Amino acid sequence: MTMNERKIIDLEQGWEYMQKGITKLKNILEGLPEPQFSSEDYMMLYTYPEFLLYVLFEFHLLVHRTIYNMCTQKPPHDYSQQLYDRYKEAFEEYITSKVMPSLREKHDEFMLRELVKRWSNHKVMVRWLSRFFHYLDRYFIARRSLPPLNEVGLTCFRDLVYKEINTKVRDAVIVLIDQEREGEQIDRALLKNVLDIFVEIGMVSMDCYVADFEDAMLCDTAAYYSRKASNWILEDSCPDYMLKAEECLKREKDRVTHYLHASSEQKLLEKVQHELLFVYASQLLEKEHSGCHALLRDDKREDLSRMFRLFSRINKGLDPVSLIFKHHVTAEGIALVKQAEDAASSKKAEKKDVVGLQEQVFVRKVIELHDKYLDYVNNCFQNHNLFHKALKEAFEIFCNKGVASSSSAELLANFCDNILKKGSSEKLSDEAIEETLEKVVKLLAYISDKDLFAEFYRKKLARRLLFDKSANDDHERSILTKLKQQCGGQFTSKMEGMVMDLTLARDHQSHFEEYLSNNPNADPGIDLAVTVLTTGYWPSYKSFDLNLPAEMIKCVEVFKEFYQTKTKHRKLTWVYSLGTCNINGKFEPKTMELIVTTYQASALLLFNASDKLTYSEIMAQLNLTDDDVTRLLHSLSCAKYKILNKEPNTKNVSQSDTFEFNPKFTDKLKRIKIPLPPVDEKKKVIEDVDKDRRYAIDAKIVRIMKSRKVLTHQELVSECVKQLERMFKPDIKAIKKRIEDLITRDYLERDKDKSNTFRYLA
Amino acid sequence: MRRSSTRKTGTPTSASSLNSAADLFRSGIALQISIGWDNNYEADMDKLSKVFTSFCSPEGIENLCSDIQVDHTDVRILMLAWKMQAAKQGYFTLDEWRQGLRSLRADTVAKLKKALPELEKEVSKPGNFKDFYAYAFRYCLTEEKQKHIDIESICILLELVLGSQYRPQVDSIIEYLRYQKEYKVINMDQWMSIQRFCDEINFPSLENYNPDYGWPLLLDNYVEWMRGNPC
Repeated sequence: MTMNERKIIDLEQGWEYMQKGITKLKNILEGLPEPQFSSEDYMMLYTYPEFLLYVLFEFHLLVHRTIYNMCTQKPPHDYSQQLYDRYKEAFEEYITSKVMPSLREKHDEFMLRELVKRWSNHKVMVRWLSRFFHYLDRYFIARRSLPPLNEVGLTCFRDLVYKEINTKVRDAVIVLIDQEREGEQIDRALLKNVLDIFVEIGMVSMDCYVADFEDAMLCDTAAYYSRKASNWILEDSCPDYMLKAEECLKREKDRVTHYLHASSEQKLLEKVQHELLFVYASQLLEKEHSGCHALLRDDKREDLSRMFRLFSRINKGLDPVSLIFKHHVTAEGIALVKQAEDAASSKKAEKKDVVGLQEQVFVRKVIELHDKYLDYVNNCFQNHNLFHKALKEAFEIFCNKGVASSSSAELLANFCDNILKKGSSEKLSDEAIEETLEKVVKLLAYISDKDLFAEFYRKKLARRLLFDKSANDDHERSILTKLKQQCGGQFTSKMEGMVMDLTLARDHQSHFEEYLSNNPNADPGIDLAVTVLTTGYWPSYKSFDLNLPAEMIKCVEVFKEFYQTKTKHRKLTWVYSLGTCNINGKFEPKTMELIVTTYQASALLLFNASDKLTYSEIMAQLNLTDDDVTRLLHSLSCAKYKILNKEPNTKNVSQSDTFEFNPKFTDKLKRIKIPLPPVDEKKKVIEDVDKDRRYAIDAKIVRIMKSRKVLTHQELVSECVKQLERMFKPDIKAIKKRIEDLITRDYLERDKDKSNTFRYLA
Repeated sequence: MRRSSTRKTGTPTSASSLNSAADLFRSGIALQISIGWDNNYEADMDKLSKVFTSFCSPEGIENLCSDIQVDHTDVRILMLAWKMQAAKQGYFTLDEWRQGLRSLRADTVAKLKKALPELEKEVSKPGNFKDFYAYAFRYCLTEEKQKHIDIESICILLELVLGSQYRPQVDSIIEYLRYQKEYKVINMDQWMSIQRFCDEINFPSLENYNPDYGWPLLLDNYVEWMRGNPC
């Protein structure tokens, strides 16, 4: 049949035909028996909507054609508008007559199930009817810019069902959620389906989901957790509370995975965090017996890790935690300091060895403390910057407190000396030593007076090198490398120079011996070894004009001649206080070899000429200070080995004493070392460092002003402090003094108009 | 009449024995007299030179002082010195002396005496006062490379130069200077700062004193002392 010959389909006629299909569809959806449509088919419907095609196949084609015809007929028989309207009415009719009544009579979970079913049905109906009426979509709707068919279908459901029922639905869902929170099992799939409706109803936007469901759900969640938290905070310990909180968060996340829309996750978790953690943060942390402080005290690492995980979720949540951590570590450190102080001031402390031991123990404990809490930072606190900072600040506080009269710089230097010297009290493997040295250098980072440490270290190093007390060259070099890495080359350049000098000294010595063998006349008859030190590298030593015994004078002369042959432009200054002598003592029981210092040897050799000598005579002959004389005589007459007899035989040397060679002296060993305890260099070290600091501040001020030309007082001071920080913390008053001095010396001037500003004078 | 060019004054004041404005004056002027005289012995012995001559001896200064009826410990003597010296500190020629007196419009001792109040006003103008104040310090430096003046002399100088204008501060500062032991001498920068301090800082509250501003340490210590010793 051609177009022209087409039989006109009348509206009602055509509609009657359509209605059959629609009714069939509705019946199927209602579950009413339909020929060729069994209950199994009904199940299939949901899974494979295309299944309907089989059922409605014949209708499908014919319906299409009918619609096509009715739409393309010439006016007044073009029924597009009517068909469009009746399409919509079909839904309205079905919804009002069947869907809504059935929903209204159900409640709670039953209602939800019904809704899900009805919605699913509706979607099927929309899909099919819009297929039937498809032709309208192609031309009529486009031409008139009307909503397309599927949208019309959805809108019907939204306006007639959703609008009326969504509040009830929402409340029912929330009730179920709360039940699940209380531990009951609920039908998660059902909830997912219900919530999908909220999403789909909004078509492209999430507005319906958010406004009609999510907002209320979040509100309810907040209220729920607020109630819980207010109970838990009173009843539970901090760790228990945290366990519950962590569990809740996990469950809520789970909820999202299973039925809430993904977009709710962040908002939901934030609400929960807020109610459980943010609101009660300080109460939780400060709980008396189980709060953060207690957890640190009791080493509850797992709880602390949990605390970190939880508090890192809330804004600035970690700040109070890191603060408590810092206070804790500081307190522990200060306790160690106090412990060491108490030990130092106790009665036992009169013995010098005990003091030394206490110092060792103290430094060891500080190292251990550091190890322990660094581990916390790395593990429990996941290497977080805040905690690294807290640890650093804590250590900076107590590491700069000295113990008794010794600064921490000195203590560390002594500690190193103890490890590096021979016969050390610490019996450690090479590996352990390396590790310990590594840790000590790390501690140095916390000490503000690094230059003081350097000076003490240098002094000790000098003694180790010169008295051959260094246990292991490799360790000596290794710690210098570590110090260089941490503090820069300038820090270690002098020390490296010292080590170098010793190496060179060996060369010199072999040349000297060669010289002696080539010049037998020059030979002083005593084995002589000389170590030439480069002045700049070594600590400064006062050289006293010791009156050398004749034998030694010749040695000195010979070396001087030899040295002249090597270099002409250098001046040799002899430091007798650092020398060592091996002397044979012809005692009655047996001859023994005594290893003593040059000072001691010079004193002993006096007794070759006289049997008895008074203190004053000895002092006059040696030409040393009272201090030195007293010390050396003490070491020879009042200490472990009594080479000389003292009259009167009191414990200490006094200026009225007389001394006599002790012929009866003996020991089971053939060779003994008679130590001369070194004079306390502490005061001198501090003086030297203060002096160096003045120069350093001077130089720094000049350098800064030279480059900046004009600066205010405050700018200059703060720049100075910043630049010197690596080595020491300059005293503001000291800086002021140097500025004043530089003004007097015409390096700087004060600006005439702005009296707080300085100007560089070229 | 030619005077010996090696004529010297009494012992040039060592920093610690300075005890009056006349000494200050004397030490400066007397030295110059001998030199000035030498350079200009052929000069016209005009009126001004007569005045000059009349006190070219240590006693002469006393005479001058009594002639113009000014005590030799009076600050106006120092002001006179300042007026005279504009060119070079502690050293002026007969010419400058002449010019100085000329600018004061004083060719007789009587007129000199009358010109004193004018001079005082001139000195107290803010621009001039600072200059005068600095001059006072430099005038006490006797050795060539000297940069410091001892505490006791400073106290006298302070009293002389600032006493009338800043009585309470000066009294208090002098008391502190004598009490503290850290500084034995004062340099120019500290000296100038004292005047600034009196000028800018509220006394006795001291509440607008800001140690971060860059005041010399001496004044920081002074303020600390004041605050620890409420009077």
